Amino acid sequence: MAEPMRIRAKLNGDTVEVKVLIRHDMETGKRKDPSGKVIPPHFIKTLIAKCKEKTVLDTVMGISVSKDPFLSFKFKGGALGDKVTVAWVDNTDDTRTDEATIS
Amino acid sequence: MQVYTMFDSDEKGVQVMDQGRRNALRMASALGLVCAGSLLGPMRAFAGEWKANSFEAKGLANALKELGVDSYTMSGEVSVISAEIAENGAVVPVSVNSAIPNTEYMAILIEKNPNPLSVAFNIPEGTEAAFTTRVKMGETSNILALVKANGKWFAASKEVKVTLGGCGG
Repeated sequence: MAEPMRIRAKLNGDTVEVKVLIRHDMETGKRKDPSGKVIPPHFIKTLIAKCKEKTVLDTVMGISVSKDPFLSFKFKGGALGDKVTVAWVDNTDDTRTDEATIS
Repeated sequence: MQVYTMFDSDEKGVQVMDQGRRNALRMASALGLVCAGSLLGPMRAFAGEWKANSFEAKGLANALKELGVDSYTMSGEVSVISAEIAENGAVVPVSVNSAIPNTEYMAILIEKNPNPLSVAFNIPEGTEAAFTTRVKMGETSNILALVKANGKWFAASKEVKVTLGGCGG
């Protein structure tokens, strides 16, 4: 099972700034291990963030997003105490959902 | 610590007494996955579709074609913010933003990567067209921020010099 994400959601005026740090190899499938065997691709394909059932971000990723991806974005319509939920799915159909409270 | 070798471990050596516990554990984790899957079901339905054609396209021209971009205009209202020089191509911080009203889609493409498209954002109403992330770069290249607004395509680009490539083995 994938490791938890670190999510921070901070209200600034009427805008919520969200920072997400994900633990993921983001393996390209083009690298070889020391024995010469190709390391299979393993990367996040989609990531969705929601606040109060509304989608606030909808992302598709490829293999050239760095290992342990970082993402920050801003949206309007969130209030103190609301939850921001972030979910990703990778190419092996592994998935992880975490949430943070807007502070 | 390489995950793909985990099934090569010497399972035959495990004592029979342990087997029941291992099976129970396996079952529990399988159940956990099923539960997570069903919870996520409705969420996935909203995901922008991951299109292999666009992500696996080789070269900038092909990648743009697969994204449905016939032509685009360089715009001063779109910006790519990144360091001039990236010492490590495996982790290049980059920010993209668009001040064009009704920006509905943004993508980051690394011109000289074998597969230029790196990440794309569908931007719902209420979300700012401004993102920061980190990308891999194989060599010195332009980073292109591609924007769709009011049915038209715009872009901005910035060259980042890479001293150590991030795609090698």
